[in-house]
Amino acid sequence: MKIHEYQAKELLRRAKVAVPESIVARTPAEAAAAFKKLAGEVAVVKAQIHAGGRGKGTIKTNPDQRGVQLVKSADEAEKVAKNILGHELVTIQTGPDGKTVNQVLVEAGCNIARELYLGIVIDRAVGLPVLMASSEGGMNIEDVAAKTPELIFKEHFDPDTGLQAYQVRKLCHKLAITGKSVRSADAFMRSLCKLFVELDCSLVEINPLVVSAEGDLIALDAKITFDDNAMIRHADLAELRDIAEEDPAEVRAGQAGLSYVQLEGNIGCLVNGAGLAMSTMDLIKLHGGEPANFLDVGGGAQVDQVTEAFRILLADKNVKAVLVNIFGGIMRCTTIANAVVEAYKQVGFNVPLVVRLEGTEVAEGRKILSESDVDIITATDLTDAANKVVAAAG
Amino acid sequence: MSILINKNTRVICQGITGKVGEFHTKGCLEYGTKMVGGVTPGKGGQKVLDLPVFDTVIEAVEKEGADATMIFVPPAFTADAILEAVDAGIKVVIAITEGVPVLDMVRVYDVIKDRDDVRLVGPNCPGVITPDECKIGIMPGYIHKKGPVGVMSRSGTLTYEAVWQLSELGLGQSTCVGLGGDPIVGTSFIDLLKLYEADGETEAIIMMGEIGGTAEEEAAAFAKEHVTKPMAAFIAGRTAPPGKRMGHAGAIISGGKGTATEKIAALEYAGIEVAQSPADMGAAVKRAMSR
Repeated sequence: MKIHEYQAKELLRRAKVAVPESIVARTPAEAAAAFKKLAGEVAVVKAQIHAGGRGKGTIKTNPDQRGVQLVKSADEAEKVAKNILGHELVTIQTGPDGKTVNQVLVEAGCNIARELYLGIVIDRAVGLPVLMASSEGGMNIEDVAAKTPELIFKEHFDPDTGLQAYQVRKLCHKLAITGKSVRSADAFMRSLCKLFVELDCSLVEINPLVVSAEGDLIALDAKITFDDNAMIRHADLAELRDIAEEDPAEVRAGQAGLSYVQLEGNIGCLVNGAGLAMSTMDLIKLHGGEPANFLDVGGGAQVDQVTEAFRILLADKNVKAVLVNIFGGIMRCTTIANAVVEAYKQVGFNVPLVVRLEGTEVAEGRKILSESDVDIITATDLTDAANKVVAAAG
Repeated sequence: MSILINKNTRVICQGITGKVGEFHTKGCLEYGTKMVGGVTPGKGGQKVLDLPVFDTVIEAVEKEGADATMIFVPPAFTADAILEAVDAGIKVVIAITEGVPVLDMVRVYDVIKDRDDVRLVGPNCPGVITPDECKIGIMPGYIHKKGPVGVMSRSGTLTYEAVWQLSELGLGQSTCVGLGGDPIVGTSFIDLLKLYEADGETEAIIMMGEIGGTAEEEAAAFAKEHVTKPMAAFIAGRTAPPGKRMGHAGAIISGGKGTATEKIAALEYAGIEVAQSPADMGAAVKRAMSR
């Protein structure tokens, strides 16, 4: 689960990780008031959306306005907030439609001496969390990893004992952090690692991490993603979710207990199991089509959930044909067949439907379909299914 | 021969009194698995499907000689259930539960990683089956056929698809293992390659991987050096967009890493027969075996 920068910074503040003073504004007037309250000569107005690249991103209807801007007066803060709030911000991560900005963060300026990078993730190969640091702050870390991997330094740590003081000193040595900044780094890095564990994060990224002219380490930006599986023990964090930032179809699928990801193509897929669902997308592409979505109905889905899955698929205007690919294990083919019939009654099919069933209760499932009024193109195997659905989608 | 489990394996179900635990225990019993009991703390003394229920795993080990377990407890308690089983001396721990917090698995992995005497499979996996002998998990037993192919995969239904294709081609399976779709799982492809390579019954191996992490690349490098048996592979998720979790918690391309293209290149470099289409998995094994 992703959260906004302003929410991440609030969590950092509570964990005693240094962040600049800042105030959230939801109207231009609030942005002006925030500037006055911060009482500095400058401030930065930052659009809050769940996507990176905001600084270089531009407002869709006003390409001169970027997503992050330095302002020098309350009037200017108000003007910039007016340009941004309620408008779509387009960045390298949002796609061409951009994302609507519903709040801005007005943040006090700081005297930047150096910009560094810090990130914490789980290292799957080692089975431990790892703190990654780089002298290349402000850069896209993926580019640094590709071009100059020797500039990224890593320290693994045990979740229960945390990052050790000597590990911080080692990183400081490599990053050329010296003098009183070492003490600041110790507090910053160890608190950050502690937060990662306590809040069950899957990603914490501080980019850039600033060393101020005064020698303090401060998080100028902050990105936190939580482990979805761990939300069962963090009811308070679940409240930070901003559904407006998510794809409505994905939210709807999530509520029905389905796993759905929207894609760009025109062939809707309804599959059981994540691996088979991904493979079905690949299969469609291999046969010259484009998948419209990833949809895993899971193993335990009931008829009403599968019917909802059909509604979600058919609501996508791009979908010109649907492929149902089921290998029944726990999922019975009869459940799918009944859901097809039910969806036909409730929503009707305005596009061709190709069905490939195999596995548990397959004979009974096929019988239900053949005895129904539903117009179905049946497929015998994967290749047959792919050819038929690609042809049907035109 | 086979790997991990066989007709003599004595299996318990942790979470047997739950609806799902009981349902799949029944499925395993019907397949012929030697189920010897179940464990649910606080429900010791009851019977489920005529099997004794114990409060603790250690009791099931002492009284029934259990040496394998199938775990269906809820995600918040799964790590504890795994550690209890390991502590009680269970040798093969198979965690089916989906949704275990990653940091819980970090702590479990720290305990088991250096234990050669314990094999944890999962979590978030379909389980393990040695056809005609023992099924521990949720896979449909009837599609399997005894034979020479070792099957290992990060995905459930994709494994069924491959097994079905193999059986249709007359190629049976020695043991099929679902590793699980989470970022941190107990058993890696490399762990299984070692077991399949040493197993007299296994003559060929198929590996189904997917996007996310580097497990397939590591397995390819290992296979190139240490595996003499013919190998085929398939990678799911060529068309998956970056940054999106594709159902499995571990199936995500992050930081430009973990793409299908990288994995396929590593497999091909290792001389492994890669199926380009999921419809071609069974045939790819056949091609690998006739090379």
